[in-house]
This record gives sequence, C-alpha cells and structure tokens, in this order.
Amino acid sequence: MGNGMIRFFLVLLLFLSSAEYIFSLYEDQVGLMDWHQRYVGKVKHAVFHTQKTGRKRVAVSTEENVVALLDLRHGEIIWRHVLGANDAVDAVDIALGKYVITLSSEGSILRAWSLPDGQMVWGSFLQGSNLSKSLLSLPVNLKANKGNVILVFSKGCLHAVSSIDGEVLWEKDLSAESIEVQQIIRPLGSDMIYAVGFVGSSQFDAYQINAKNGELVKHKSADFPDGFYGDLLLVSSDILVSLDATRTSLVTIDFQKGEIIFKKTHVSDIVDESFGTAVLLPSELSGMFAVRFNTLLVFIKVTIEGKLEVVDKITNAAAVSDALSFSEGQQAFALVEHVDRKILLTMKLVHDWNSDLLKESIAMDLQRGMVQKVFINTYIRTDRSQGFRALIVMEDHSLLLLQQGEIVWSREEGLASVIDVTTSELPVEKKGILVVKVEQSLFEWLKGHVLKLKGTLMLAGPEDIAAIQGMRLKSSEKSKMTRDHNGFWKLLIVLTKAGKLYALHTGDGRVVWSLLLPSLRESGSCKRPTGLSVYQWQVPHHHAMDENPSVLVVGRCRPNWDAPVALSFVDTYTGKELKSMGLIHSCAQVIPLPFTDSTEQRLHLLIDAEKHAHLYPRTSEAIGILQHEFSNIYWYSVEADNGIIRGHVLTSNCIGMVDEYCFTSRELWSIVFPSESEKIIATATRKLNEVVHTQAKAIADQDVMYKYISKNLLFVATSAPKASGEFGMAQPEESCLVVYLIDTVTGRILHRMTHHGSQGPVHAVLSENWVVYHYFNLRAHRYEMSVMEIYDQSWVDNKDVWKLVVGKHNLTSPISLYSRPAVVTKSQSYFFTHSVKAIAVTSTAKGITSKQLLIGTIGDQVLALDKRYLDPRRSLDPTQAEKEEGIIPLTDSLPIIPQSYVTHALNVEGLRGIVTLPAKLESTTLVFAYGVDIFFTRIAPSRTYDSLTEDFSYALLLLTIVALIAAIFVTWIMSERKELQEKWT
Amino acid sequence: MRSQPVILVLLVHLCISSLSSSLAISPGEGYTVNGRVKIRSMGAQGLVLPGKLSNIKVVLNGGQRVTLLRPDGYFSFDNVPAGTHLIEVDAIGYFFSPVRVDVSARNPGKVQATLTENRRGLSELVLEPLREEQYYEIREPFSLMSVVKSPMGLMMGFMLVVMFLMPKLMENMDPEEMRRAQEEMRSQGVPSLASLLPGGAARS
Repeated sequence: MGNGMIRFFLVLLLFLSSAEYIFSLYEDQVGLMDWHQRYVGKVKHAVFHTQKTGRKRVAVSTEENVVALLDLRHGEIIWRHVLGANDAVDAVDIALGKYVITLSSEGSILRAWSLPDGQMVWGSFLQGSNLSKSLLSLPVNLKANKGNVILVFSKGCLHAVSSIDGEVLWEKDLSAESIEVQQIIRPLGSDMIYAVGFVGSSQFDAYQINAKNGELVKHKSADFPDGFYGDLLLVSSDILVSLDATRTSLVTIDFQKGEIIFKKTHVSDIVDESFGTAVLLPSELSGMFAVRFNTLLVFIKVTIEGKLEVVDKITNAAAVSDALSFSEGQQAFALVEHVDRKILLTMKLVHDWNSDLLKESIAMDLQRGMVQKVFINTYIRTDRSQGFRALIVMEDHSLLLLQQGEIVWSREEGLASVIDVTTSELPVEKKGILVVKVEQSLFEWLKGHVLKLKGTLMLAGPEDIAAIQGMRLKSSEKSKMTRDHNGFWKLLIVLTKAGKLYALHTGDGRVVWSLLLPSLRESGSCKRPTGLSVYQWQVPHHHAMDENPSVLVVGRCRPNWDAPVALSFVDTYTGKELKSMGLIHSCAQVIPLPFTDSTEQRLHLLIDAEKHAHLYPRTSEAIGILQHEFSNIYWYSVEADNGIIRGHVLTSNCIGMVDEYCFTSRELWSIVFPSESEKIIATATRKLNEVVHTQAKAIADQDVMYKYISKNLLFVATSAPKASGEFGMAQPEESCLVVYLIDTVTGRILHRMTHHGSQGPVHAVLSENWVVYHYFNLRAHRYEMSVMEIYDQSWVDNKDVWKLVVGKHNLTSPISLYSRPAVVTKSQSYFFTHSVKAIAVTSTAKGITSKQLLIGTIGDQVLALDKRYLDPRRSLDPTQAEKEEGIIPLTDSLPIIPQSYVTHALNVEGLRGIVTLPAKLESTTLVFAYGVDIFFTRIAPSRTYDSLTEDFSYALLLLTIVALIAAIFVTWIMSERKELQEKWT
Repeated sequence: MRSQPVILVLLVHLCISSLSSSLAISPGEGYTVNGRVKIRSMGAQGLVLPGKLSNIKVVLNGGQRVTLLRPDGYFSFDNVPAGTHLIEVDAIGYFFSPVRVDVSARNPGKVQATLTENRRGLSELVLEPLREEQYYEIREPFSLMSVVKSPMGLMMGFMLVVMFLMPKLMENMDPEEMRRAQEEMRSQGVPSLASLLPGGAARS
C-alpha cells in the first residue's frame, strides 16, 4: 500500500510538472514584467484643431507613415494609424472641423478619418499616370453641392474631391502638357484655381481652371532663359518666388496680370555679405519669404511694386513656421533661434517686423539638437489676450510643445525608429545598507504579502485589490540602478535613425540617458550621416572591474556603402562619448572578434570597400593578439545583387600605407549562384554570443545524436528571380526556393534543399544546429515554416566504449578541410497562418532551457512558439518512447495559441525587429521588440523552474510552517498522552 | 449572465470589377478588389466597440498594401494586378483565416476566393469567424483543490499522511515481516525506495 502511495505521489508530481506549457499571463499581470511605449515617429506635418469647446488636439503625419491625433494637454496619442510601408503620407489637413484628411502613396490615396475616434470615413483612389509632386489644398469656402471641396494635385492630374464622401467631382488631366506643377493657388473669394509650374527647366506655365467644373479657362506660358532651380514659393496671391538655375538670383513671378512678368534680382544686390548658394525656405509667410545662405537666414519682403527688400538677417541657427492668421486679419509666424543653451521663440507680425508679439527664452537640453520644424497655434488666454503655442520638432526627432515660456510636454519620437540594440549591465551594488531601512522594508514586505494572501483567498476588498495591483506595478525594485541578482535589470542601448543613442532601463523602460552622437550629426564633411549598428566594445568583468562598460557605434557619412565611416565610443554608465573617429576608410562590414585585450576591449575588424581589414582598438597590444590568431580569422561577404558569396582570409599588412592597423585580405572561396535561376533573398547566421549547453542529444531509444555545432554555419535562401518580386506575379511552376547550409570557413555547401513552387520573402533564424525559416508556398497558397536540423555523424562510431579503450576511435584523427564532414540533416515543413515580419529565438545564459521561437506576425504581435513544434522527428504516430521524450504528434500546421502571444493584447505597431537577451537566471529570456512602438518583456520558455514566481504566496508558506509546527505539538502531546495511558494500563 | 460571444462575420464581398473603360488607364494596370468585414453582434450585450472596428486592418500580400475599414465595414484595394493574391485581416482579439483571391485578367468580375486555413471556397463570399482570441489566462476562483495542488498543499498532505497513516501501517505490520525487512536492509547496504516501506509489494 505504501509503495502505491509513493507511486501515486510521483505520478502526481510528474503530472504537475509536465503539464503542457505555453507562455501565458493573467490579465492582472500586465505591466508587471513588460512595458510598452507608443510612438508616432518624426513629425512631418501638424495641423491644430483647437476649437473653443472640447479637447485641444493636433493631427500629425510622420515619417513612419503614421497618422495620429495627439492631445495637446499632455501629448498622449488619442488615436493612431500606421499605414503600410509604401504608403507614405504626403499631406495632412483638417476638413469641416471633423475630418482629418490625408494624402498618401505619392498622391494616389486620399483618406478621411473621423476626428474624435480615428475611424476611416472614406478613402478614394485617385487615378493618374505621371509621377509628380503631390499637393493637397483645402480652400476655405469653395463649396460644391456636397460640402467643401478638396483640391488634390497628384500624378499629373488635378482632382476636386467632395469632403463628405470622397467622391471625385471633376478632374483635369495636365499630364499631357508635361508641366511639373509646383503650386495650386486659389485667390480668396475667387472661383478660379491656378496651377503653376515649370515645363522643362526654363519655361513657366500657369493654368487658370474653373473651380466649379474643372474647365480650363486660360493658359499662359513664358520663357525664362536663365532657367529655374528648385521649388516655387507663393509669397502673395499673385507673386511667386523662385531661384534661377545658378542659385545666385531670386526671381519673382507675377502671373495674374495679363502677361507673366519675371523680375530677377541678384542676391548680392540685396544682401551684402552673400556667399554660397541660396536655399528658399518652404515656409509660407505672406508677403515675405526666407532664404538661407549657409548659416545666414535672410527675411526678404516683397513690396507692392514687386521689389525685394531685406527685412532682417539671422545669424543663429533658426527655424521658421508658416504664417498663421489670427484676429482682425493679422498674420504672424514663429521664429525659433538657438542662443547658447537656450532657444528663443519669437512671434512676429508679418506686416510689422519690429514689434514682437511674443519673445520667450526656453532652456533646452543640448541632446535634442537643433530645431527643425515649428508649427504654431493661437489661443485666448484667461485675460482675453492672444496667446501662442508652438509645436517644435527637434533634430533627435522629439516633439515638444512650448507654451508660456516652458516646455509643456515632450515626446521622445526618436524611439520610433530604432536601428540597432545592444545591452549593458548595470553597476554592481555598493555594500552597506542601513539596518533601519531593512527593518522598515521587512515590515512593508510582510504587509504586502498579507495583502497578497488576502487576494489569493478572495478576502480582499476592492481597495485592497487596487492596493495590491499598485504595489506590484510600482515595485521600487524595478527601477533600481544597480545590478540585480537575477540579471533582469539591464540597460538597453538603442541607436535610432536620428543618430541618437538612448539607454533604456529594462525594469520600467525609462530613458536613463540619451546622447545625440556628434559623429552622426550633419556637418560640412558629413552630409547625410546614418547610424549603422552598435556593438559591445568593453564589457568589464575579470581584469578591468573598475572600468565602465562602453559601446561602439558605427555610422556612415552617406547611405552608400562606400562612404567614410564614423566611429563613436560611448560610456554606458555616464552616457558620455569617450572618443570618436571620423575616418577615411569606408566600412562594408564589422566583425567583432572573439578576443579581448587586457582592458577587456573587444577586438573588431572593419572591412572596407576595397576588402582591407582595419583593426580596432588601435593599440600595439591588439596587434599582438591579432598576429597570434592571424591565420584563424575568416569571414565571408554576401553580394546579393551579383549572387555571389565569398570567403576571405587575412594575408598581410597593407602595402604602400603607413597604417599598421590595416591588413589586406585574400579571397579564399566563392560560391556563384546562377543568376538566371537563383537570387539571394535571405541569409542567417548564429548569434555570436549564443551559448550551447550540450552537443549530445539523447533520443528515445537510449541512443545519442550529436548536434553539428559550428559558429561558421551560414544559411542562404535563394529564389527564382521572377518570384523574388511581388506576390501573385509568379506561377507555382516557375518559382522555386532553394536553401543552403554553408560552412563559411571552407565554403563547402553542407546541405542544399529545394522547395518547388515556393517563394520569398524568407525570414530565417539559425540557432545551435537548426535553422527555421518562413516562406510562402504558392501551390497551397499558404505560408510555411520549415525546420532543418544538422547532425554530426563522425561521432557515431565512437559510441562503442571498447573502441575507446582499445584506441580505435577517431577522436584524435586530424580534421582536414578536404575531408567531407559527415553530417546528416533532417527537415520538416508545416503550414503557418500569418505573414511574418521578424523572427527570433530565445537565448538563455547557459543554453539549457528549451528554446522558443518568437514570431512577429503581420498583426504586429509577437507569438512565442515552442521549438518542439518544429522538430523534424515529429511523426504522425510517435511511439511511447518518443512521446516520453516530448515529441508532439505531427500536424500539418503550427498551432497559434492566443495565450502564447508575448505581447498579449497589445501590438507593437510597425514591428521591425525582435531582440532576445539572456538574463542571469537560466530559465529567463528578456525580449525587446521594436517598430514604431517599443515593447519589452521577460519570458521563461519552460517556466521559471529555478525561482519562485511573482505570485508565489510567502504567506501561505508561513501558514503551512505554522500549521506543521502546530501539528507537531499536537501529535507530541497526543503521543505523550498515549504513552502515559499505556503505562497506566 | 455571460453575454453570448460576439459572432463576427466577415462578409468579404469581393467584387472584382474591371475599371470602367472611360478611365484612361493602360490595359493590365490593375483591378479593384472590394470587400467587406461585417461585424454583427449577437446577444443582448454583445456590442462591438466602435474603436475596435477602426483598428482593423486589411493587408494585401503580406504587407504590400494596408487598408482600413470604412464605417460600414467595406474596404477596397485599387490597382491590383491580375494574379493570385492573399488578403489577411489583422484584428486584435479575433482570429481570421487568410483569404486567397484570384484576380483574373481573362474573366473580370468573376469571384474566386478561398479560405486558406480550411481550404473552403467562398462561393457566397461570406467568411465565418474562425475564433475569438483570448490573450489572458482566466484566473480560476479560489478553490480548495488549487491549494491542495500547490507545493505547500502537497507538503502538508504528505506530512499528514506520514503522521497519521504511517503509524497505522506500522501497527498493522507483522513483527516477523518487519524483522525480515530489516535484515534485507542490512544486507543490501543502500536502502532503495521500495524497500523503505516494507511489505508494500505484498499488501498493495
């Protein structure tokens, strides 16, 4: 009987531990381990909606293709829509006071969104064939029989669209006239519309069109022999300004009179110290315009006679808003200047330059850079005077609202465009915590657990529940700036498109520090710098404990890959740039080497366009280390356009250069894919820092398989050129997906497999000895995911112990490049419902915990899928032994369990990437997903088997102990009594 | 009373119609795919929040184009080239099957749509919702069973068993058997788990 009892307990325990595990969360656990930040991106255009009643709001369109409505009080997002990747918003406006109108996709889609809730009211597709400038104009009182008319010029066509239902009222095709329309002008109160633009480079044309029906009334044309440069700017209702082809003269164009009159004014005639070429600022300031000469900003007024007069010159870096009309037909605009560490906001009347409506000086964080855009709005103050608020967009993409001389709110919109992510540990905690503090926290701790116990026993009232929830969310542990025992709190070092580096705390997602990298800012030598990637440069642990960790930021001066590189080294504790290098050589590839020097700085090789390798850090010690490992350094390069993969090896120092840190390389091997049938569409390698716990894998029948584990494994997917484009264009017969596993040292193709009737896009992830990839099956017209596992066969013979004893094993046999590695691959494919945007795999500290795939779906959610579902050994009817091993019976499609979405009910809009980081606790992985939003959580792929969970009830434990002690006493007394009784009898 | 689940009907009314010839477009430029996501709520309380509808996105060909729904649930993709396409509906809280749509150049106006999840053709172009998605575990109300099943409960249970049942077992045991077991233990040296409970095999 006792035996049975024990067996029962064992079975019960087994049952409890082997329950089918999926990542799951209770609703009240939201925000405990995860945080989610919503962004819109860098604002391109903003339109205020501030009626006397109701909430004050602003509609914005951004460079991340987002249309959003923000609350002006606190800057929160009221609603937001992330449009498709190639649906960039060209213009945004507000119509009828209740619709937000957007023109997107190069002027082909016009949409109206309901202002309060963001519901799309209508959407119109505008026809047209030519590519042209897209212009949106909402004339104030141009009425048709159905509401106001929206004028859109796009694709060579002028459309008049009803604002009620988006119906096209009329359209006028101007594409046949080969005119490049620059402006659509409607003088106030007139029924005429003027479309003005250039034909070729030196002819100016104006079309007069009836606004009621789109009929062409008049067409005027005139030649300007000097030619035009750039855009046309409307100064007043009948005068336009442009630059001539040499950019040294300003041209005013009067087009509404009988003849088109050009008036050319040489810049040097009006501006004395003119140097360099002029740039017209696109700000619309009625009767005036602004020209920039290098650093000088000049305001020029156009008099009634058409003469140009310089009004003011601004030498500070400045930004100008459009003119805004307010009470009594007055017009004002904002000028924002940088003066020292402050910005100076000046509101000026257009017609009276000398009187400033407003002059405010606001302290500004230097890390925000320059002001790039200004949008202004008026309001009535409580004392009935006119007030102004300004929305400014900074160089780091952040959005700020200025009002009454202070920053009302700011949004770190730079985080909407994350390029690369790395991590840094937090500082180690200093010793010596006060005892009083401990006692107090002990009391708090106990109180908290009593509350929690009440919660679990369903005794808590509503206020208790609120207290519990608040306590859990506001746990002070989460924002601690020191290293924790479990390794949950780290700094995420995030590089954004604006060239700004942010350090985010993983506990609560706050920005610890931010740095606008000077090396990635626009300068004379670096016109369009872009950040590329971030690497861990120095991770002190053994030798250099006292040094702060640092990261290496690699950027380029121009987007082309042969542009000179810019390097920055940043301390991750202080957020200060340690040093930077503007470099002469280019950078095609960065290779972090697995060696560090005595100060724990990691050696990096930067490969330039000429295939020279440049070593960093530039110290003699680093050279010594490299010389020692010189013959062991191999790398590969993928030329996707040419369909070639090459392997390289270092040869010697650069010849003819006095740079001892430069090395030449030699091509070792190359794989050329036939360009007519295969085009490289995806590659994947193992993560450099991945840890594999064991090479052996015990399988059901007491057998062992050896994983083929190599750091040099490369997965390549190629597709037929015809099927590498858009969907629906290729027939299943003519598309074919080929996948390869390549050893990047020898260039040997370890495995090749063909998926007929399939096409990209391919998203792949390679980890340990397996690769999982997602592609589209044209025959079934469904997405598929395949797994490919590679096993080493050379070990199989060594399992015989006797061979080992006698010495007949091949463990010591030399490994040669010429011998074909004995590998065997297994593969299996499954259907998967969704399109995939990104795919990643969990990584843990020691690599013991089983893996989960993190799949970013088309709905911007992140799904955690157990790797067990992608096991090539799955079969329809697994044997008992296989079942015990944990093999799931084969199904044709992968399950999507809603509870296993790590993003639960949230979505990471515009998802672009998923990064996983190991925590110190073996069971746990940290997950960071980024896109327009950023999201962070921590997951345990096979439960937190090595620590107590968050909702572990300590109180219940105490209760149990108390009960057990009580029981001991009771039984002790009982036995005493019994003994006594026995003695009596 | 719990409200009945909201039944979501996706009426993909795909009228693939060629553009009227009056529009000057070059042949083969594209067709318009019109569809509808109709949300019909059943039951007394089953109201679908308006905000929910406004965030439903319809995605063509894995993100090539994205559109949103109009208030009546209609959506359209313009300028779609002839060929086979995939339409996905992205709605938080609902699981939609992707739809395969054939836009035919030869036979404009003909509807060809198939749910890819269950390979069901859409002759009437009405798509039943596959399911609602519940992202959170439901917290089970407090029950004695859950306490018993927790590690603490097991510990307590085991202790109770040992305390109250073991003495009973010992009492009922044969003294001779006891001796035999003790000898066995001595001879084996290392006691195995089964032999720790003497007579288990014989009795159970």
